[in-house]
Amino acid sequence: MRRVAVVGVGSSKFGRRDDSNLSELAFESVKPAMDDAGVDGKDIGFVSVGTVGTWYEEPLPAVAVAEYAGLNPAGLVRCEAACASGSAAFKVAFQSVASGESEVAMAIGVEKMTEIDMPTTIELIGRAGNYLWEFENIGMTFAGYYALYASAHMARYGTTEEHLAQVAVKNHKYGAMNPYAHFQSEITLQQALDSPFVAWPLRLYNCCPVSDGSATVIVASEQAAKKLTDTPIWVKSVGTASDTSNLSKRPDYLGLRATIQAAKQAYEKAAVSPTDIDVAEVHDCFTIAEILAYEDLGFCEKGTGGRLVEDEETYIGGRIPVNLDGGLKAKGHPLGATGCMMIAEVTRQLRGEAGKRQAPIKNGLGLAHNVGGTGHYCYVTILGRQ
Amino acid sequence: MAAKPERPRVLKSSRTLHLRYDIPISKIAKFWDELQRGRITTTKCTKCGNITFPPAADCSQCRSSEINWIPLSGEAVLEAVTRIDIRPASFAQEEPYLVAIGRLKEGVNTLARLVGVRLEDAKVGMNLVLRPTRTAGRAVWYEFAPATGFKENNSS
Ligand SMILES: [Zn+2]
Repeated sequence: MRRVAVVGVGSSKFGRRDDSNLSELAFESVKPAMDDAGVDGKDIGFVSVGTVGTWYEEPLPAVAVAEYAGLNPAGLVRCEAACASGSAAFKVAFQSVASGESEVAMAIGVEKMTEIDMPTTIELIGRAGNYLWEFENIGMTFAGYYALYASAHMARYGTTEEHLAQVAVKNHKYGAMNPYAHFQSEITLQQALDSPFVAWPLRLYNCCPVSDGSATVIVASEQAAKKLTDTPIWVKSVGTASDTSNLSKRPDYLGLRATIQAAKQAYEKAAVSPTDIDVAEVHDCFTIAEILAYEDLGFCEKGTGGRLVEDEETYIGGRIPVNLDGGLKAKGHPLGATGCMMIAEVTRQLRGEAGKRQAPIKNGLGLAHNVGGTGHYCYVTILGRQ
Repeated sequence: MAAKPERPRVLKSSRTLHLRYDIPISKIAKFWDELQRGRITTTKCTKCGNITFPPAADCSQCRSSEINWIPLSGEAVLEAVTRIDIRPASFAQEEPYLVAIGRLKEGVNTLARLVGVRLEDAKVGMNLVLRPTRTAGRAVWYEFAPATGFKENNSS
């Protein structure tokens, strides 16, 4: 395996983007990523597109996006790993270069979720578990699945509604500093605690919004990277794991096994430990998910995730700053775009380009944690300056 | 970033789809047949002894396709609970409903609606019973209810 570096990143504005279609939205991140890397269409050897789809009209989204951005005739694939589709696309692009198959490859993450009505969107996401046994006669929702985890974590470890709300307050604070974020406004703890229930114990402010958006990451071989940039950000490792389709087949609801396993692989391959990480992007589709991630990624002991945010250890200046771009909660969660957006943010942090949101970088290491479904898929990507 | 136009213009598609799936259940049809008779059953692998819920024609542990049907006692302990306030489109006509995961005495978990208890009284660790029911759409299915005759057990 060859060393691979991130040499270009780009993002669209996240939010309700009914001013742009799928291809136009993808273009908004592809072009700046190509400008950032200083590459042309003919330089791109392979393109992977992370997107879930069904809420927009194109059945072959990768094809529509690649044509519009002038990327033909590069090899092309669409990657689906639910909410981790962007990270899956990144892994495919990374492997294309690492294996020697291509010198420069591109991962595009894109989702256009607001072209259909909201109850239908909630239905389509709610079906993303095991359709026959957990949806057809039951009517689960995505918030409902994470709410089940929240109820078990609260009962076992004393995690509180305040802890959940504190995650939202932190992520909105940083989202307010991020020009790409869906929500760019701070919220108070009381606002979060007073918001209506979506799925008890999760309230509106414990849930990420339904958003449109795109993000693009360009990776290159060591030889190509050194020609393209003075600040290559190296891909140290990608860990990945999966878990059962039926939530009922998991042994407990206190953490995500896929995260624990993907993180273990990523730390081992990169030969680093959780305490070496300077800054992290974690998958906070619901605030409980961020608390589970703290624990499952080894940033704190099992059961103490609530206290970690209460003690402000995941703010800038804390032990491990998390989601300094606002996280999925404030920045938005256009499913396929999320993984690429996380990697773009970690790259900007490691380059020292995050402005007001910049974390102190000591060891030169950042981590992106992207969960697909309710822990069905997990990708943990570690990036480094060296 | 693109400048946002004053009022985004969209073209409302005129082609619509109606999606309804014919889900094959031949290999595990006994589950529905028994449920009709008021019994909740599942499968046990004859080769490795693996019990699964939901039932399956093939064992995911040893990949044998030789399975036996066994009755489930219905005795369960509540592991996790929620109330679905914001419902999916096809459940919009129902009132908010409780859903729980219960660990059955046989060692497998089940996810089902929880009835007969208020959310504030539904506690992790309480005893439940899994029983046949009919859904709002009159499908035969199963649900959790609090077990009567058991004391609440807050062991976890
Ligand atoms: Zn078996």
